[in-house]
Amino acid sequence: MALLSNTAVLLGKELRTEFRSRELLTTTVVFILTIVVLFSFTFDPSVNESRRFGPGLLWLAFLFAASLMLQPCFLREQTNDTLSALRLSVNDPFAIFLAKLAANTLFLLLTQVLLLPVFSILYNVPVLGAFPQLILVMFMGSLGLSVTGTALSAISAQARMRELLLPLLLLPLLTPVLIASTEATASLLVLNPIMPWKWLGFLLGFDVVFLTALWLFGEYLLEE
Amino acid sequence: MKKRILIAAVVVILMSFAAYAALFVAPTESKMGTIQRIFYLHAPSGMVALLSFFVCFVGNLAYVFTRKPKWDWLGVSAAEVGMAFCTVLILTGPIWAHPVWGIWWTWDARLTLTFVLWLLYTSYLLLRTLVEDPDRRALISAIYGIFAFLDVPLVYGSIRWWRTQHPQPVIMGGSGSGLEPTMARVFWFWFLNLVILMIFLIHERYALEAMRGEVQSIEREAEAA
Amino acid sequence: MTPASFSPTGIRFENIDKRYGGLYALRRVSLEVPAGECVAFAGRNGSGKTTLLRIAARLARPSSGTVNFLNGSGEKLATPPPAGFVAHATMVYDELTAEENMLLFARLQGIAKPTARAETLLAEVGLLERRNSLVRTFSRGMRQRVAIARALLNEPAVILLDEPTTGLDPQGTSWFAQTVRQLRDSGRTVLMSLHGESEVSTLATRAIRLDAGAVVADTRTGANFRSILAFANA
Repeated sequence: MALLSNTAVLLGKELRTEFRSRELLTTTVVFILTIVVLFSFTFDPSVNESRRFGPGLLWLAFLFAASLMLQPCFLREQTNDTLSALRLSVNDPFAIFLAKLAANTLFLLLTQVLLLPVFSILYNVPVLGAFPQLILVMFMGSLGLSVTGTALSAISAQARMRELLLPLLLLPLLTPVLIASTEATASLLVLNPIMPWKWLGFLLGFDVVFLTALWLFGEYLLEE
Repeated sequence: MKKRILIAAVVVILMSFAAYAALFVAPTESKMGTIQRIFYLHAPSGMVALLSFFVCFVGNLAYVFTRKPKWDWLGVSAAEVGMAFCTVLILTGPIWAHPVWGIWWTWDARLTLTFVLWLLYTSYLLLRTLVEDPDRRALISAIYGIFAFLDVPLVYGSIRWWRTQHPQPVIMGGSGSGLEPTMARVFWFWFLNLVILMIFLIHERYALEAMRGEVQSIEREAEAA
Repeated sequence: MTPASFSPTGIRFENIDKRYGGLYALRRVSLEVPAGECVAFAGRNGSGKTTLLRIAARLARPSSGTVNFLNGSGEKLATPPPAGFVAHATMVYDELTAEENMLLFARLQGIAKPTARAETLLAEVGLLERRNSLVRTFSRGMRQRVAIARALLNEPAVILLDEPTTGLDPQGTSWFAQTVRQLRDSGRTVLMSLHGESEVSTLATRAIRLDAGAVVADTRTGANFRSILAFANA
């Protein structure tokens, strides 16, 4: 109970600070938009080609964006040593991780919902037909990105060359998320969309495995 | 010291027996010809690489719970040895694939897994070079190692599911299964040899790391004084 | 300050070792601070002052040895009481207002009536009018006032101050000294590491000097007391 209420309070703080400055959201949206536009030059963006390459392009852009967006997650807690204040205040340090990964999932999902229509218009891929299903896939994928990304940003914040290190640590680990999310999205963007239960189940498995690992080992990342 | 040289000599002799067996004892594969003999180095290397990463995982777990430096030393030793076998696997793959399939590389499930594994453990070793304090380094790299190993079945599962939906080049069946009896015997002899080699290498690397750890703490003590 | 709703608490360090890598930050430190004492730690940078205070706050775990908290009559407490920690870093969020910071930590600590508590404390540190301003806009002195207010949220019986006055102007320093005096006089145990502030160091009832992670001098009275404190001012 204390874990949940602490998480809720901390999540409120994460959202408040982000929506006050909107720094993460704006930079991430612009970054993904840039990739999406630049990608149009690398192949012939006709309808058929877009259907084939689109999902992969989208998720690769999200992956890169996430590995940048998650950088400040723990770094900004170091500026005033607020991490120590949090550790002194919460019973279970897992609350700190839970709040951060919930906030990151939300931020990622928000950028995805914003950019999906843009992608749809630019690449002539209709998304409205399976919009709710797409949101579900995006949510499960974002959760996977956030769970591992939050944990690894606590790791990279303690090393040198941290800005470069996080993508290096994170991206190979996210191979399963990339494959599953891309495949799931692809099966929703075809003319007769089918619900990709198999891949959703796989994403759920990924999320559960790493959430459990974070729950077991996360607190050790914060200790001194 | 003498004992180590003796063990090293035994490993070398065993390896030369294995090489002989692969080149002259095992029959020539009917379709692929002599090039198939690389299989005896290739396939067991993959199995032994996975085994080393598992040892690394065990070291990582033990470090997190006991905080004894020896487990950290085991972790880094096993990761490096695993990387060596993984590299052998990646290099021998194309040498075999090119004459047989006519291509150097294909994004088949096992090849892709190997590549991702190689990247994961490169990151693990890279992370270790970027943290100054030995205790911190040991702890956070152990946790990354645990994450990396947990990822292995997931990577493999996802690639398999994904690739089975697409046409893929036909490769040999499971390791050792359906092999001609002599081939199977040579294969398992190789596997055994590589496991012994792995243990020997990890042991040597561990001794080196232990010595390095000791030197480092003496240096730091001297600096502080 | 706030009426005493805490019970006097002492602290006992037994054979504390703290290693960072191969390096000892603390070596075999054994120390008992009875409830109500005001201890000043002096020593060079890297002598282990910060580490000792962070161990007392239970932010850092000793490599070996134990920390126990004691009640007024010197018996061990089963659960560690809340400690108030103020360091050179403010430990509050620049992007939040003073009040938002206070409410955040009050809610995390499960304090009843967080709004009232936050207001009381902000009034005590003289920031009530500025409570809706972002901490980013505050001067160093005002930030340190928020830091103190945050540290006092949970009625700590033990106050840990890690070079709290670094970067404060003379005015800020004397306000700080006055606050520490009130805390001390209310019966709270104070452990502080100092770096050149005479006004705060005169409040100490006991002076301890650390060198290379070990206690090298520990005195309550006499000429030595002055010389240890004088070192703190160096």
